[in-house]
Parts: sequence; structure tokens; C-alpha cells
Amino acid sequence: MSVVVVGASAAGFATAEGLRRNGYDGALTLVGAEPELPYDRPPLSKQVLTGQWDAERIRLCGQDKATELGLDLRLGTPAAGLDTAARRVSLADGTELPYEQLVLATGVGPRPLPGTEGLRGVRMLRSLEDSLALRAELRPGTRLVVIGAGFLGTEIAAAARTMDAEVWLVEPEPVPLGIAVGAEVGEFVAGLHRERGVHLRTGPGAAVRDFKANAGQVEAVVLDDGTELRCDLVVVAIGSVPSTGWLAGSGLTLGDGIQCDSRCSAAPGVYAAGDVASWFHEHAGVRVRLEHRTNATEQGLYVARALLGQAGEPFTPVPYFWSDQYDTKLTAFGLLRGADEIRVVEGSIAEGAFVALYRKGSRLTGVLGVRRAKSVRQWRALLAAGSGWDEALADSPQ
Amino acid sequence: MKITIDRDRCCGAGQCVLAAPDVFDQDDEEGLVVVLEESPAPEHHQAVREAASVCPTATIEVTE
Ligand SMILES: Cc1cc2nc3c(=O)[nH]c(=O)nc-3n(C[C@H](O)[C@H](O)[C@H](O)COP(=O)(O)OP(=O)(O)OC[C@H]3O[C@@H](n4cnc5c(N)ncnc54)[C@H](O)[C@@H]3O)c2cc1C
Ligand code: SF4
Repeated sequence: MSVVVVGASAAGFATAEGLRRNGYDGALTLVGAEPELPYDRPPLSKQVLTGQWDAERIRLCGQDKATELGLDLRLGTPAAGLDTAARRVSLADGTELPYEQLVLATGVGPRPLPGTEGLRGVRMLRSLEDSLALRAELRPGTRLVVIGAGFLGTEIAAAARTMDAEVWLVEPEPVPLGIAVGAEVGEFVAGLHRERGVHLRTGPGAAVRDFKANAGQVEAVVLDDGTELRCDLVVVAIGSVPSTGWLAGSGLTLGDGIQCDSRCSAAPGVYAAGDVASWFHEHAGVRVRLEHRTNATEQGLYVARALLGQAGEPFTPVPYFWSDQYDTKLTAFGLLRGADEIRVVEGSIAEGAFVALYRKGSRLTGVLGVRRAKSVRQWRALLAAGSGWDEALADSPQ
Repeated sequence: MKITIDRDRCCGAGQCVLAAPDVFDQDDEEGLVVVLEESPAPEHHQAVREAASVCPTATIEVTE
């Protein structure tokens, strides 16, 4: 057999490692667009951005490990085309790679904001290179506008404040993280940022209308309500786009990511894993695509087993994510978006230590905690079992 | 078998505890990993290897 994995980061590397661990000893090629050996992204908006960690610390795989795993590494050469009939991937440098089984793990890229093309001082954050470049520009007193208060935007704002930059965080939704975790927890996060002196602008008036520049260098961000935020630096963090452009015309179904079945397969001999993969989650009964670090590993390991015919069951993980906001860590299991009800069952939001349950219809769909990470895990079993809401409240492990 | 951890890396996913509950635990607040048995007995070795491989942040290192 021969396996080609496209995307040399968390999901792609987990697949490669999983294949070897499960006894695969055939040819294994790992293709990556970036020149870097596989590395971990979450610290890019945290410890690497603040300078606490150097770049070496986030390496997932060194050259030794790559050799030990027998990886044919093709770094710095993006895949540019796929012919599923001929079972061949072509790379940007003209190389043609035949495969028997293919894994797509190309992740996502940052969504650009129209009107910022070619403006100096406007940045996005996805890669190690992006993080190091941003860190080099952040100094005490730097006036930074962060556009978008999702996980990435709030973490960047937090990191920049700890570096004594002057930070504006702008978001057209009513609260930071509101879409992801709901209004109650979003309000709590807003409080954390206000306490640390972030200038938070939320609501429709805070939508970005325009930019002002001087000789191509950004000078101000203009909001819909007319406010002009003078700045030295802007970071756009308004979401991401699955990296599937190179798959156009391949015959794969591309919607919100690479559309797979419940076993992460997109076509015969073709699998997807990580941020780029959209699959039908049989327990949740919905199609999901997760941008969570833990999922990249879990899905990569699942795909490795699937390739070897060892997967058995469909892929039905209990999603997990965390986020660091200053010294506060949020941890969550399940699917939190679009909940009908959020109920605090332990501690309180006011005291900054709590566990909140999320309900959709009559089911428990998620749990989130702040300073209660261990309690949060105890709800995981109920999520895995597809527990009803009333049953969950009655069965409360506490 | 010897387990070493780089606790700063840990993100509190608890995957290690699910895989090897006799060997790993989490602290209450942040959920950071706690090693209960640095040199676990042979019957736990398989579970510990599994824990190290599912840990999303490569926090757990196992030397045999
Ligand atoms: C700054 C930042 C902070 C984060 N923080 C958290 C967090 O706190 N908690 C959490 O749960 N998650 C977090 N995440 C999300 C987490 O990092 C991702 O879920 C994870 O990296 C997904 O792994 P992946 O391998 O699927 O994709 P990626 O890590 O995006 O890797 C995809 C790789 O494929 C490469 N690639 C793209 N196109 C091609 C091509 N055509 N050919 C070859 N290679 C290609 C890319 O260069 C990239 O290296 C964060 C992400 C970022 C960017
Ligand atoms: S699995 Fe890894 S990151 Fe998660 S709690 Fe255990 S050591 Fe920490």
C-alpha cells in the first residue's frame, strides 16, 4: 500500500503517527505547504505571541522523529491538484505523487476582510510566521485594533494587553464569543477584558466600515457608528475558510470543508481529518466541522485506523476545546452553538468559577466550565451517552 | 516504564485520564494533568501509551 497525507500539521501528523503505531509499514508521504516541520497552533495566540515560549517549544515532530517514522516529508510544496480517478496528487513544484490511499488534512486559512488588501499594518494570524511577525510589532503602547471577538480575537487581545499594548476589540455581535458559547458566558468574557483595560466595542455600531491609511500604512479603523479608532496595527480575526481551493474540479464534494461520510471518507480511498473535514456525526445527528485542536488528533488517529480497516464504528467523538483569556481557562465538551438554554449548575458566573450546561431541544448538548475543569470532565460521559436534559440534571454527578 | 510530563503544555483535555484513569488525574481548577504513578505497573503500560498518543499537546512522554 502507499499513503499520501496532505497537510503536515496536527491532523496530518497524527494520522501519520497513528498509521505507524497501528502497524502500517508501507510508503508514507507527508506533504506540507509550509517549510516548517509539524508544529502546534494554539500557542501561536498565547505563549508564542507573548514571547513566553520560543518557536522550538511547539514542534510536534522533529527531524529525528520524522526519520524514525519513515516519513517521506515534502515540506514547502503545496499540493495543487488532485485526480481521484488516476489516484494522483500534483504538487505546486510539478511533482506527481501516486497514492493508493489519500488523507486530506489541509486545515483552514484566515478569512480576509475586504478593503484591507495591500494595507500595511493589517495582519492575520494562522501560522508560526504570522505569530512571530505580530509579536515583533507589539510593544508597550502600540495601538492595536483587533477586529472580531471570537476565540482568536479575544486571545490576541488578551496576549497584547499582557504586553502592555493599547487594545481595542471590535465586534458587531452583542458580546465577545457570543455565537460560540452564548450570551451569559460571553458577558463574563467581556468583563475579563474590560477589567484588563481592553476598549471593547460591541454591537452593530462596531462593525468595521472603512480604513484610513497614510502612504499605504493603516492609521485608523472607522466603525459603522462613525467612531474612528486611531491605530498602529490591526489584526483581522473574523473566522476562517477551509483550505480546499486546490481541490476544485477533483470531483470531491466541497461545501463547508470537504464533505465526508460518517467514517470520514470523502471518496473511495480518500479521507479527511482536522479543521478541513466536515462529516456526519451519527450520535449528534448533524453534520459537523470542528476547529478544535483535540479533534485534529482524534480524527487523525481515527482516519489512520480507518485506512487500515481497523476503525469499526463511525467517528462520533465528544468535541473538546479550551481557550485561555489572561489567567482564565475556559474548557468545554460537546456542541455549544445555538443552545436553547444555558444553566449554571455549579459555582456562579459572578464569582468567575462555574460549570454551565447547554440544552438544545430536550437534550444535553454541551458543558462549559471556568476554574472547574475537572468537574467539566465528569459531564462528558453523559454527553457521550446522548443524555436527555432532565435526566442529566437529575443524574448530576455532583 | 517512566512517565515525564511538561505540565505547561497541558490544555486540560483529560484525554489521558480517559485512557488511563489509574495513572493520570487532573487538578480541579484548570484541569492540568497530574501523574499518579510515575512508574506504572506493567498492566497499565498499554493504557499509558494510548494516553500519550491521544494527548493533543504532546504533554506526556513515555520512556520504556
Ligand atoms: C492561533 C490559533 C490558536 C488556536 N487556539 C486553539 C485553542 O486554544 N483550542 C483549540 O481547541 N483549538 C485552537 N486552535 C485550533 C487548532 O489549532 C486547530 O483546530 C488545529 O490546528 C487543526 O489542525 P489541522 O491539522 O486540521 O489544520 P492546520 O493546523 O491548519 O494544518 C493544516 C496544514 O496544511 C497545510 N496546507 C494547507 N493547504 C495545503 C496544500 N494545498 N498542500 C499542502 N499543505 C497544505 C497548512 O499550511 C497547514 O500547515 C487554534 C488555532 C490557531 C490558528
Ligand atoms: S490529555 Fe494531554 S493535554 Fe489533556 S489533560 Fe492529559 S496531559 Fe493534559
